[in-house]
Amino acid sequence: MHRYRFILTRPLQFLPVIFGVSIITFVLVRLIPGDPARVLLGARATPTAIANVRAQFGLDEPIWMQYFYFLQNLLKGEMGKSITYKIDVLPLIATRIEPTLALVFSAVLLSVLIAVPLAALAARNHGRPVDHLVRVVSTFGIGFPPFWVALMLILLLAVAFPVLPVSGYGSTLGDKLVHLILPSLTIALSLSTVLMRSLRAAIVEWLKSDVATAARARGMPESIVFWRHVLPNAVAPTINLLAVNIGWLIGGTVVVESVFALPGMGQLLVRAIFSRDYMVVQGVAMVFACATVLVNFLADIATVAADPRVKL
Amino acid sequence: MSAAALKSRPATLVTGLAILGAFVLVALLAPLIAPYDPIYQDAAARLQPPSFAHPFGTDNFGRDILSRVLYGARIDLQIALIGVAFPLVIGTVIGAFAGFFGGLIDTALMRLIDIILAFPFLVLMLSIIAILGPGLTSFYIAMALVGWVSYARLIRAQILVLKNSDYAMAAVSLGFSRLRILFRHLLPNAVAGSLVFSMSDAVLVLLSGAAISYLGLGVQPPMAEWGVMVAEGQSFVTQAWWITLFPGLSIVVLAFGFSMIGDALGELMGVNE
Repeated sequence: MHRYRFILTRPLQFLPVIFGVSIITFVLVRLIPGDPARVLLGARATPTAIANVRAQFGLDEPIWMQYFYFLQNLLKGEMGKSITYKIDVLPLIATRIEPTLALVFSAVLLSVLIAVPLAALAARNHGRPVDHLVRVVSTFGIGFPPFWVALMLILLLAVAFPVLPVSGYGSTLGDKLVHLILPSLTIALSLSTVLMRSLRAAIVEWLKSDVATAARARGMPESIVFWRHVLPNAVAPTINLLAVNIGWLIGGTVVVESVFALPGMGQLLVRAIFSRDYMVVQGVAMVFACATVLVNFLADIATVAADPRVKL
Repeated sequence: MSAAALKSRPATLVTGLAILGAFVLVALLAPLIAPYDPIYQDAAARLQPPSFAHPFGTDNFGRDILSRVLYGARIDLQIALIGVAFPLVIGTVIGAFAGFFGGLIDTALMRLIDIILAFPFLVLMLSIIAILGPGLTSFYIAMALVGWVSYARLIRAQILVLKNSDYAMAAVSLGFSRLRILFRHLLPNAVAGSLVFSMSDAVLVLLSGAAISYLGLGVQPPMAEWGVMVAEGQSFVTQAWWITLFPGLSIVVLAFGFSMIGDALGELMGVNE
């Protein structure tokens, strides 16, 4: 099991990064000109509320002591109160995690469903027109702005399928899934082009590999060679590609949640910026950064699990 | 760049340069070729579909979409160029120093880069804009603060390899100063990868700038910018598709141009992104 030893050691390397993330989020909000208590509490704050925040965050003390208090509060899970929602930041964010997580999962699933068949089609017709078409699409698909693609989807699909909801989330599971169709399709259209590019190259490589040749030599039909020997090997690196692109993917959810009024963390962030709810901005940025680090860690585990030769 | 490579990929490079050139021309000539004032509101011509008078139609204020798209090229090209230029220069200088001198500063900078990369790009951009307040200047500042990391990494990796090359040794033995070796000998050989990357980065920057403007945190109305125009057309998308279609298409085509140039340059210079 020594291949998995990094699961114990790697988190220690994350500590400095998370520590740095906390410094950056702390510094960002302290850079706003003016009295931090007043900035954090908004223009209509009462003197008692201001006094409370001053005490909690040690705002009368030197900056490094303030950071120490910030960290102390953070370890207790306290990131201050939202001025618009009047509740603690972390519980507020917790209520917004589900739509974002559901959006990311459905978008990834959908993009794999789009990318794998197209990449396979291109690779198996290597050098033919359909291959070139897929290559062009995968090279330039990244240039489609998600917020615009979302509106074009609404335009195209709202006419054909008026039942598709174009905003909000819903309360029952089925309702939620229906509300996720257009948002996740929007992200999947971009993400699948990224996946397609690497998948196509990987499938082309594996079709030429010794594994495939040996399978053919044993008399296996080409379809079995492809499904059993080529595709599983070619798909493995995609896990890593998804992890590398997680930051970009989260950026996509921020925009797409705003387009479709999906009440996730991204929409919370954008609204918080408009209402100058800095505690929320700070909290969401921090949670997103930790999520990114965590996803990369999980991807490392998945990569090691998927390929016995990989050592980290 | 080899002659054979030049021959095999001319079409992509030429098409890419032609697209970029066309947008630059449109941006420069916008006041001459735009049929209307981009912010003039004609109450009698609201939500008009495309016609001879208004080839791209009009929006809910009766503004001419074609004129707004043409003027938008000025802002969006500027977003892509300035948004890439600052990070490119800052990242190149930082990466060159870190890779060349190494030591504690290098270690510290690499840790800083790890931390910045831990944030999702758009989330960190938005957080900085939240502090600075909405606007194009804030976008450029945020871009400079966040975008340099990719360039610094690329250049640093190149310099680390090049500083052990024979010609670097030769320059040292000739008694040249370290700064001269770094900037005159190593850097010119290290920038190819960054320049290729800057083209795909231009796509990312253009899309980010437009997205941030779409969200209402970048370019402010009534200024004609493609992301802003898409946002303004959102409520009318099913009745007046032309308000959103044309500015979005402009982003797509310009991004396509940058991608093509980057793709062709990458093959010409033998750089794998």
